[in-house]
Amino acid sequence: MTVYHDPNKPRHVDDRVEVKHPVPEGASAKVETTEQIAVTTPPEVCGMGHRMKRKEDPRFIQGRGQYVDDVKLPGMLYMDIVRSPYAHAKILDIDASAALEMDGVLAVITGKDLEAHGLHWMPTLMSDTQMVLPTEKVVYYAQEVCAVIATDRYIAADAVENIFVDYDPLDAVVDPFKALEDETIVRTDKEVQTNRIWHWEVGDQAATDEVFANAKHVVKQYMHIPRIHVASIETCGMVANYNPATEKMQIYMTTQAPHAIRTVFALVTGLPEHKIQIISPDIGGGFGGKVPVYPGYVIGAVASLLLGKPVKWIEDRSENLQADSFARDYHLEAELAADENGKLVGLRVNGLADHGAADAAANPSKFPAGLFSICSGSYDIEATHVNFDAVYTTKPPGGVAYRCSFRVTEAVHMIERLTDMMAHDLGIDPAEYRMQNFIQPEQFPYKSATGWEYDSGNYPAALKKAMDMIGYDELRREQAEKRERGELMGIGISSFTEVVGAGPAKDYDILGIKMFDSAEIRIHPTGKAIARFGTKSQGQGHETTYAQIIAQELGIPANDIEVEEGDTDTAPYGLGTYASRSTPTAGAAAAMAARKIRAKAKKIAAHLLEASEEDLEWNVNQWQVKGSPDQAKTIQDIAFAAYTNHPDDLEAGLEATDYYNPPNLTFPFGSYICVVDVDKGTGEVHIRRFVAIDDCGNIINPLVVEGQVHGGLTMGLAPAMFEEIVYDEYGTCLTGTFADYLLPTAVESPKWETGHTITPSPHHPIGAKGVGESPTVGAPPAIANAVVDALWHLGVRHIDIPITPQKVWQALRDAGVSD
Amino acid sequence: MSKHSITISVNGTDHSAEVDSRLLLVHFIRENLDLTGTHIGCDTTSCGACTVLINGRAVKSCTMFAVQANGAEVDTVEGMAEGGQLHPLQEGFWEKHGLQCGYCTPGMLMSAKHLLSKNPNPTEDEIRWGISGNLCRCTGYNKIVEAIQYAAEKLQQEEVAA
Ligand code: FES
Ligand code: FES
Repeated sequence: MTVYHDPNKPRHVDDRVEVKHPVPEGASAKVETTEQIAVTTPPEVCGMGHRMKRKEDPRFIQGRGQYVDDVKLPGMLYMDIVRSPYAHAKILDIDASAALEMDGVLAVITGKDLEAHGLHWMPTLMSDTQMVLPTEKVVYYAQEVCAVIATDRYIAADAVENIFVDYDPLDAVVDPFKALEDETIVRTDKEVQTNRIWHWEVGDQAATDEVFANAKHVVKQYMHIPRIHVASIETCGMVANYNPATEKMQIYMTTQAPHAIRTVFALVTGLPEHKIQIISPDIGGGFGGKVPVYPGYVIGAVASLLLGKPVKWIEDRSENLQADSFARDYHLEAELAADENGKLVGLRVNGLADHGAADAAANPSKFPAGLFSICSGSYDIEATHVNFDAVYTTKPPGGVAYRCSFRVTEAVHMIERLTDMMAHDLGIDPAEYRMQNFIQPEQFPYKSATGWEYDSGNYPAALKKAMDMIGYDELRREQAEKRERGELMGIGISSFTEVVGAGPAKDYDILGIKMFDSAEIRIHPTGKAIARFGTKSQGQGHETTYAQIIAQELGIPANDIEVEEGDTDTAPYGLGTYASRSTPTAGAAAAMAARKIRAKAKKIAAHLLEASEEDLEWNVNQWQVKGSPDQAKTIQDIAFAAYTNHPDDLEAGLEATDYYNPPNLTFPFGSYICVVDVDKGTGEVHIRRFVAIDDCGNIINPLVVEGQVHGGLTMGLAPAMFEEIVYDEYGTCLTGTFADYLLPTAVESPKWETGHTITPSPHHPIGAKGVGESPTVGAPPAIANAVVDALWHLGVRHIDIPITPQKVWQALRDAGVSD
Repeated sequence: MSKHSITISVNGTDHSAEVDSRLLLVHFIRENLDLTGTHIGCDTTSCGACTVLINGRAVKSCTMFAVQANGAEVDTVEGMAEGGQLHPLQEGFWEKHGLQCGYCTPGMLMSAKHLLSKNPNPTEDEIRWGISGNLCRCTGYNKIVEAIQYAAEKLQQEEVAA
């Protein structure tokens, strides 16, 4: 067994142990599973369960969205960035004189300039440090070296070409295993000269080792979950607008977490927080890539501060792919053990995380490897031990999520691959094998060996539904026939468990800021409403789904509710949208705030109806006297009275705010089945069918859930078959454009077939769990398992993603099939 | 850099300007005309976010200079709805949830419009190939396909009715 951590070597930072407090009673439970989406409001109200068309769409389909590059302010300047052509090099000199002589060039900002203000370094969200601009050396290819400010984006780009930087190249550290040897140190700025960042363990090692010692069957596999990039179609950018007269810094930026960013900006720059306004306008996709603070944001803000003018900075695609935070890049040495009956009993993992030049992940701070310890997945496994090290290499810092809740994708890929291997080794059908080893519905609330308390689940129901929908048994028969004829067909399953909705504040924070989230609802006198949130949609449809939650609770038509997010001057504080946390946290806050309003509305209704509160009952959109529904006051009547005719002893107005702190995370799950045909001659994999059954608890809007699932599936297909950020031996990024980094188009993306089961979350106010990332997490192993299933009889046990035709062709060739 | 006088008809209105020879059409549309519905997503003619119609054909406006469009008729997403009435494609995208973040949407709409003008009744496969020059990171394409099918049907009905 490989253990990457060398006890004789100094350990950097601290050795971390994951902390999880006990989950309060009732937060996990056995909950009945149904398929019926509950709809209890009429279409004109459009509460939960309605397939409501999205409220945000009219502006997008008419070209009237406002993304950051659409912001145009008077006197606005443009910033462009000089980037390093080396992965690791000393900077000897920066000669900007030619650029500064150009018409329209106002300034060149270097690391030395920032150093004068103490701004050449910044903290990452993981309390590591990252250069804003270098003063001594660069540590990754395409790193920001200095920036030009000009009157026009074309002039700024010309000026970049006129800046001459003298570099002295150093050895690149590309291979994380080499990095462990500490021959070349990436972060020479650190007190301890080592590439090791942290060491982290979870689970009971002795118990796990013992289980393995007694196990009848063990499968073992090294896997690399490669470095990928979210590549939202909109890149990152900002307009920083410092007004010297008001001393206010207004920043439009592509951020998924505007409030946290405001606080970080205040702490980093020393500007008072009330003088910073972050506006996150319409965002063209985030997927985790718009959570961190990138150097460009800080430089742009400094430029605006120094020049007293608005400064726009928009990355181009190459900068985005080459320098922004990556995702994944986990090397896993994983073993799974089963007893003589085939029952899974143990899981042992040694992992190495390649973080690039800084630990710039966006995990909750006590979880250096994110929520990877969910790695026993949907299975009842007695003992699990995970041992992880992280290293610096000369690659861009990371790693953020790629539409995934903090490293859950890596964990799920691993356990789903291993389980499939075990089933194949034992000669048991992979579906049947999963059914045998699932945590059974009656085992909930289930406590995993790594300390998670799963809130609710029914894994057999989801797998059974997927099998019925795809016609599993028939497919297996077809596969057997085809195999006789020498044709290659594979069926792959993935039965994943997600963990989302960070989080309970006692365990989950980012830079010390607790991971609650918020909603503030104001009902206007005419019964319409505005609701503001601490989250920020990047396409998830919050303007619709949050309105539906409020409509459900208050009976105000969803169309009468304006949802606003992303302006820190007006929205309540929150941690933002990523890791599928919006519905579990802010969605819950919406329901709770609405309930506070309903409680006040009851007092007003009692006053208006001259009844006692105890005699009133709520019915869709009104308080009515029990037994005589015609004696009622609608929420609109009550809203008007709240400003015109409220009881003397009650404050005027009808509004409420809620900061929701979930008692536990939520555990969405699902079962996916993929059918592939493999071309023996070319190694090409054709996905013939893909069925996805998701259980995200109660469904707010089925249309939006379908859309989230489809999108997530294509983003799961992408790393499974196409995407990988690749470096050469010098640390040069070879995949810096969409011509090399391949996003699936409508042609590669199959026609997804989706369905659901509903097992509500027992602790969430509306029983919802979050869904945006489940498919990205669940899809890759279904595809990988299908391909390996097609080739298993030829002796192929594993292929690392992305499963390219070349890899398949090579595997076939090694098996003596292809020539 | 030499300047050129150009006149381009955008959404039926003529616009004349003096532009640098290197000014990209997409920047002319977005910055000179303030029509910011046309987006930019890459540098390699790969993503299609910048797609507009030039004399009825879908073109990636990031890969064309403004001067090359001199005298041409350009259509952008802002000109799709007529008299407050959404185009059937816009309607389809809304009805069928053919968009999420909306960033790819204007380009998708333009490519789809071109496709339906050539092939009013495309198969699912033809639709998928027809929009294969446009990347969407959010939707997984299923619902974009449905949106285009919705529009194809509606346009055909309108044709019959006319
Ligand atoms: S911006 Fe990507 S193709 Fe034009
Ligand atoms: S809707 Fe976001 S890229 Fe297509």
